[in-house]
Amino acid sequence: MVEQVRKLLEKKVESPEGLESLRQSIVAKRDPQRTCISVCGGTACRASGAEAVVDAFLDEIERRELQVQVSLKETGCHGFCERGPLVVIEPKKIFYQQVKPEDVEEIIDETIVAGKIVERLLYTDPTTSETITYEPDVPFYKKQTRNIFGANGTIDPTNIEDYIASGGYSALTKVLTGMKPQQIVDEVKKSGLRGRGGGGFPTGRKWQSCLEAKGKVKYVICNADEGDPGAYQDRSLLEGNPHSILEGMIIGARAIGSHQGYIYVRNEYPLAVRHARIAIEQAMDYGLLGKNILGSGFDFNITINKGGGAFVCGESSALMASLEGKVGEPKAKYVHMAEKGLWEHPSLLNNVKTWANVPLIINKGADWYAKIGTAGSKGTMIFSLVGNIVNTGLVEVPMGITLRQMIFDIGGGIPDGKKFKAVQTGGPSGGCIPEKFLDTPVDFDELTKLGSMMGSGGMIVMDEDTCMVDVARYFIEFLKGESCGKCTPCREGINRMSEILSNITQGKGKPEDLDTLEDLSEVLSAGALCALGQTAANPVLSTIRYFKDEYLAHITDKKCPAGVCRELIRLSIDPEKCEGCLRCLRECPTGAVTGEKKQAHTINQDMCIHCGACYDVCKFNAVIKR
Amino acid sequence: MEVTLDFSKVKAIVEDYTEKVDSLIDSYADKKEQIISLLQDIQAEFNYLPQDVLVKISQKLDIPLSQVFSVATFFRAFSLKPRGRHLVTVCLGTACHVKGGQRLVDKVSRDYGIKPGETTEDMRFTLETVNCLGCCALGPVVVVDGKYQSKVTSDKLNRVLKQYK
Amino acid sequence: MAKVWIDGKTSIEVEHAEGINVVHLTVDDKEIAVSNGKTILEAVERAPGIGNIPALCHHPAVKPYGACRICTVEVSEDGGSKFKFVAACLYPVKEGLIVKTQTEKIKKLRKGIIELLSARCPNVKRIQELADEYGVEKPSFVLGDQDCILCGLCVRACQEIIGKSAISLVNRGIYKEVAAPFYAYELSGDCIGCGDCAFVCPTGAIEMGADGRPTLPKVKIPYAEIEAMMKKETVSPS
Repeated sequence: MVEQVRKLLEKKVESPEGLESLRQSIVAKRDPQRTCISVCGGTACRASGAEAVVDAFLDEIERRELQVQVSLKETGCHGFCERGPLVVIEPKKIFYQQVKPEDVEEIIDETIVAGKIVERLLYTDPTTSETITYEPDVPFYKKQTRNIFGANGTIDPTNIEDYIASGGYSALTKVLTGMKPQQIVDEVKKSGLRGRGGGGFPTGRKWQSCLEAKGKVKYVICNADEGDPGAYQDRSLLEGNPHSILEGMIIGARAIGSHQGYIYVRNEYPLAVRHARIAIEQAMDYGLLGKNILGSGFDFNITINKGGGAFVCGESSALMASLEGKVGEPKAKYVHMAEKGLWEHPSLLNNVKTWANVPLIINKGADWYAKIGTAGSKGTMIFSLVGNIVNTGLVEVPMGITLRQMIFDIGGGIPDGKKFKAVQTGGPSGGCIPEKFLDTPVDFDELTKLGSMMGSGGMIVMDEDTCMVDVARYFIEFLKGESCGKCTPCREGINRMSEILSNITQGKGKPEDLDTLEDLSEVLSAGALCALGQTAANPVLSTIRYFKDEYLAHITDKKCPAGVCRELIRLSIDPEKCEGCLRCLRECPTGAVTGEKKQAHTINQDMCIHCGACYDVCKFNAVIKR
Repeated sequence: MEVTLDFSKVKAIVEDYTEKVDSLIDSYADKKEQIISLLQDIQAEFNYLPQDVLVKISQKLDIPLSQVFSVATFFRAFSLKPRGRHLVTVCLGTACHVKGGQRLVDKVSRDYGIKPGETTEDMRFTLETVNCLGCCALGPVVVVDGKYQSKVTSDKLNRVLKQYK
Repeated sequence: MAKVWIDGKTSIEVEHAEGINVVHLTVDDKEIAVSNGKTILEAVERAPGIGNIPALCHHPAVKPYGACRICTVEVSEDGGSKFKFVAACLYPVKEGLIVKTQTEKIKKLRKGIIELLSARCPNVKRIQELADEYGVEKPSFVLGDQDCILCGLCVRACQEIIGKSAISLVNRGIYKEVAAPFYAYELSGDCIGCGDCAFVCPTGAIEMGADGRPTLPKVKIPYAEIEAMMKKETVSPS
């Protein structure tokens, strides 16, 4: 009895066997058939109002005194952010979408008490018009392979016991009980895992150089400074399954002999910071971090550092400078960070997704892992499928799936019957891929061949209404704001590219501009200090390569075919469609719209600044953009 | 109505702040390298980085002021001048851009006469842009005082901003 | 036999260079040997008549920084099958390294960098000389009127030679500039008026003022945005 009480109070697990028995006792306590309402608590679902839904469920469960029969759980991101807030009723996995607090009473009445389905909250497949009841049957999920991301939807990220119950930290016990450092590194090498943060460097090779690097002090770093605009999978993993990343880092630390780790996470991700912090505290309590991990004699600590808001800090040397409390300027990496990194000590830096892959490789084996994917790119990759696409959200697929399968089978194609124009991959360092390459298998090497790259897994779909010159200008403008300004090619070159592209989008382009852009691209790729500058021209080069006619339309005809570039469009009102509602008139910032109530309005072209506000507010599609 | 200032109260508030800032800085004495975190804490307290606090950090932690200033001006998260009561952050990530985020920036600029990084004269709003908040599925996204607004139209933005006085 | 340069003028022939920790490299098809730990730029500086590497942000008295990129050369570590671009001021010499300092690609790159710099600083003599040497005509961009190329030598000299940190590089990207904290020397009192920053400046952008303090390159606002940024970043002492 005394022993039992002591065990309850003392959470610290002192041996691998202890963790196993803890796991069994947690699983034994849980009834898999018990009804559990799981609400997605990712940032996107929260933005759609998930917290109010959770509160409503809590109130309703309490009011009906259902606490014994039903449990409520707030999980990490399920990935189908477009349809949030998402509610999944376990164990059957009934899938309700776009749930509001006022739906809660009905869900409790119908589904929890009476065991029936609330039809109106189900998801309807827009292509087949079929209503889908269970989460795994939703086409968006059905065609995915959710090896890394799957647990996000089932575990409560603030409860370490959920992770342990799902087999968590078993890779760590495997490593601590029977694998020498070289064996761990060999396993990672054999798996063919490549860095998920951008360049796709073979992870095992990085680990090997760090293992061989001389020095008593070594560091392990998790790069969660996810800066690519349009990519948020790192945030979702850190928010939804932080322990998988911690476990990967502990294994990495054990392999190279490090006792201190850092997670460098964006300040713009407050929920990820909070969940990572809770996870670290709980792992300390359970003896999975800190001194003498699981009684093995191995010590390892992890500290969280919040970034200051600089895209360039995703670059490893700039990230380390920032960890040292300096300005985030990159350094030349002629000596690898694995040998001389943070404070000149060997440092093993990997992306969030790379770390999350490690426990899987150790648990299931490198051979199993290497069976997934293509010859040069192994495993799965998590993409954020966003932009002009029906099913926006996070998607995990095996490497080698084609762009077409991703965009049309999983993503459900382009909304509003519009035509596909391009898909942008790899963030600001990547490029735009046109329709004729949609059957290309997605992996590190194939995307590079197309003038783009894998990057961190951002995938932004663009429809016919997107102007590719404007897209190029957008990325260059982005990089202009994010260049640290240290080296000449990046600081001056990107600024000049931005000047030229702005001129083109304003109808002031000259025929020789395209050559100048290409010349500047060469200066950047050969001369810039870090990868930000070296790859900065990719969005420009790829759009010139595949959409040259659009550039020429801007330069020679002074027209923006997609109707995006303000200076090149003309707004007018179709008198046939205009209902005279006064909305656009009130919205117009310059008073260019005139007209009486219930009579067709007109736009005074001399006063119009082409802001498109009228186009936005019109409910009758009466504003014409040309 | 006549307003009388209770100077002892003002003094107490000032002293309270000084003490708070001092203990905050002191808590970083053995981890000077985490100056970015310290600056974040200071900004959370004051809403910006006051000059005298930065001078104090430099003196107490023995870091050259020039280095503190470099860090404070390099990172986007920091502001060296007071910001308004409400912070309006418009996301300009790629997905939000494709869905019209820039138009929302222009709208706030037009309606309130402030460019990104600026504050209205009555200190009501500060407008900022951010590169991606990772809510790409819900774009365009605007965050007002930490509250996320999804699929924002100019109409919706009007309604939202009206709530913040 | 290998030739080891002791300084720019004297060399000795040694048989077993390895014994004195020497590495051999080929620069523009000529073999040179230098002591290990040197950078390519240092090696070439010690071998007169071999190679031609211009540099702006380099000074032997301070640590290399790698900002101007004008010293970029092509190197091969695998005997000449694969070449890559590296900054000579930072790249450590290695045994068997092949360095090319004058290829067409390098000349084009330097020309491009010089064009960017002369568009930024059209009135700086050192840049004009380089422009003449590399055949840069009038840049095709809108001209700025700055004197500072942001090489950071002044900042490094203040920090590394004088042991102070009175000035630093502030802001980022195109808005980067050399400044004292909050654009005033009074706040820190770190400036001792030694004039080292003015001395190392390769473009003459820093002059010593009448008050005994250096007058830093004034940001002359070549682009309208800087104006906005300056307003934002300059905080008047309150």
